Amino acid sequence: MTAPRLRSRKLDVKNGRVDLSHGSGGRAMAQLIADIFHDSFANDLLAQGNDQAVFDIPAGRMAMTTDGYVVSPLFFPGGDIGSLAVHGTVNDLAMSGAKPLYLSASFILEEGFPLADLQRIARSMGAAAREAGVKIVTGDTKVVERGKADGVFISTAGVGLVPDGVELSGDRARPGDAILVSGTLGDHGVAIMSSRENLQFETQIVSDSAALHGLTGAMVAACGNDLRLMRDPTRGGLAATLNEIAHQSGVGIRIEEDALPIRPEVAAACELLGLDPLFVANEGKLVAFSSPEAAEKLLSVMHSHPLGRDAALIGHVVADENHFVQMTTSFGGGRIVDWLSGEQLPRIC
Amino acid sequence: MCLAIPVQVTELLEGDTARVTLDGVTKIISLALVEDVRPGDYVILHVGYALNKLDPEEAAKTLALLADAGAPA
Amino acid sequence: MKYVDEYRDGRLARALAKKIALAAQPDKSYRFMEFCGGHTHAIARYGLEDLLPANIRLIHGPGCPVCVLPIGRMDDAIKLAQRPGITLCTYADLMRVPGSDGQSLIKAKAAGADVRMVYSTLDALRIAQEEPRRQVVFFAIGFETTTPPTAMALIEAQKLGLKNFFAFCNHVLTPAAIQALVGSPEAAASVPIDGFVGPAHVSTVIGTKPYHAFAENYRKAVVIAGFEPLDVMQAVLMLVRQINEGRHEVENEYIRAVTVDGNRKAQDFVARVFEVRDSFEWRGLGQVPFSALKLREEFAAFDAEKVFDIHTVAAKDNPACECGEILRGVKKPVDCKLFGTLCTPETPMGSCMVSSEGSCAAHWTYGRFRDAAPKQRQAS
Repeated sequence: MTAPRLRSRKLDVKNGRVDLSHGSGGRAMAQLIADIFHDSFANDLLAQGNDQAVFDIPAGRMAMTTDGYVVSPLFFPGGDIGSLAVHGTVNDLAMSGAKPLYLSASFILEEGFPLADLQRIARSMGAAAREAGVKIVTGDTKVVERGKADGVFISTAGVGLVPDGVELSGDRARPGDAILVSGTLGDHGVAIMSSRENLQFETQIVSDSAALHGLTGAMVAACGNDLRLMRDPTRGGLAATLNEIAHQSGVGIRIEEDALPIRPEVAAACELLGLDPLFVANEGKLVAFSSPEAAEKLLSVMHSHPLGRDAALIGHVVADENHFVQMTTSFGGGRIVDWLSGEQLPRIC
Repeated sequence: MCLAIPVQVTELLEGDTARVTLDGVTKIISLALVEDVRPGDYVILHVGYALNKLDPEEAAKTLALLADAGAPA
Repeated sequence: MKYVDEYRDGRLARALAKKIALAAQPDKSYRFMEFCGGHTHAIARYGLEDLLPANIRLIHGPGCPVCVLPIGRMDDAIKLAQRPGITLCTYADLMRVPGSDGQSLIKAKAAGADVRMVYSTLDALRIAQEEPRRQVVFFAIGFETTTPPTAMALIEAQKLGLKNFFAFCNHVLTPAAIQALVGSPEAAASVPIDGFVGPAHVSTVIGTKPYHAFAENYRKAVVIAGFEPLDVMQAVLMLVRQINEGRHEVENEYIRAVTVDGNRKAQDFVARVFEVRDSFEWRGLGQVPFSALKLREEFAAFDAEKVFDIHTVAAKDNPACECGEILRGVKKPVDCKLFGTLCTPETPMGSCMVSSEGSCAAHWTYGRFRDAAPKQRQAS
């Protein structure tokens, strides 16, 4: 059943801007939703035009996640806030071993935001969702006055289905476990920083933003319970993720600097700004902990997947009552990989 | 102090500036504090300025000295 | 990265470590102060201390301009930023440094002050040109490496006839600081320093000449070292040899970038814009004569201290803070009661913790696993 025709004039996407009428629940909002969001996300559930999506739940356990996206700039090399929102939500589900199914997307739009940019973001989200095999089935739109939002904020929720017997959790790491990463570190953060005006450097690095559920599905299928946990190192970088897990599992972690896959350009950009790649965000990578026996097989499975080509074994879990994450430097000495208190800032000293 | 890094000059630009590169990352910096810089030269970069030229011969000497440490005493 | 990676080679490091171990005489103890915060950071970040024999001790000196900036000057900068119409431009290093009452630039920014992080003085100049209605104050800190860029910005501002660009000058001088460390009465009574690992990039500007006074007058070995870990190790080897042979000379390991005279062009620009203050307070060291710079009269129109009528009110450090002793090498971070308890990188009490290369911060961030450590605090 199709919704009755709501519009008499097409939305002027090329020159139009979001105004307060687009958030007030009236005809203007309905037109915006239809012309931009329904058009880009196109699926049967959304097309029903209800305030909610109703679907069957297969038997088993569900995973659910929520996320907010406030990235600036909105468009960056390798992606935009829209594709990032889809990938990030899908990945949070994928880390539990779940098959992602449905997403919701809620938009807070700033008055004056160009409709052309909104359409670009929506189309990017639609494409990312189709590529990932998920549907954006429900959403919401609000408009706030000029100056109260940075163009657009996106908030998502996602649900997925966790296969029977899969028990991945951050508290499952045990002494002796192997630690692997799926690819190069720091790409996303450097891509974002290179688009920030005040830092003014140019690079070919693009964000690694990607949906990882194909990779995680293969890893879970191959290793079963030998795979302890997976997590994607987003804000705070690898360092934050390793420290989180060390605390959650009550263990220590030892990694080798020489084993970390880092692109030379990313290393160079970090040198220029005085940043440590360990603390720089990733949006298409995961860290996996496995039993020592399964490490080789896991690595091989990861290498066979396009998003795991540069996967590497980077360290092991140890018993440590201090829950330190320690690294043997390329130089041969030792150092802690600390948990940053706030955002890492460029330095001159 | 101070975070400074050797970068290679690729192009001289107007206003006493230059484009430099470090492993594929490029930046435009000021040459106001140095003299006689040519594309291909390496300079020490600190807060957007070239502080000094890096001397390749002296660099090679230092490396040889360091490598020599590997030789039996 | 060329001219970088070669000096980080782990194989060469192990070979050098063996040579140092052979050279260090077992009946001697060697105490070398590395003055440059960049060296402190490199030593901690690469775990260099693990490669040196136990009788060589590296003491971290006050070569961190963020660490030695007195609280009162930080308060001045925060107050400037809070004035309507003023845009305070700063290097990122200063954003989190606490002033009095737990204030900081990052907190002031959250409350609405116009604080902007810049990578270079050129960015601050650009902001002044693009926003003529804002009064743009550049928060200038740093040793001799960072002073020439400030000088260039002021010369350019003068050339352009800018009326809305100012510098709040807190530039400090390396030789005076080293003098304060070796020449004071406390120094005679405290832990003797056998030699110095001289700063890398300060020396590219000032050359090797200024260090001869210490070598001769105080009979200290000095080796100017490059920034990379192999440079530091090579410098340690050269220092050990000097001590063994009873020499106290100035040697240059960083020959690829440092000359005897340094960068005369940069020195001339600095001399044109700045003159030496009679005295300046250093956090942890107290008043040090002839140790800092201020703008010359000719540049008075750009001097934030004059234009905005700044009168610095000195503020005291926590009485339990041992930074002064730590900066002089008399105590180690773990000797301070506040270390790791009240004083952490998130809640720094004193200068040694505020910047990533203060010795307490470096030890906490990279090296505290070496202590018989109290349990790590839960980071939130």
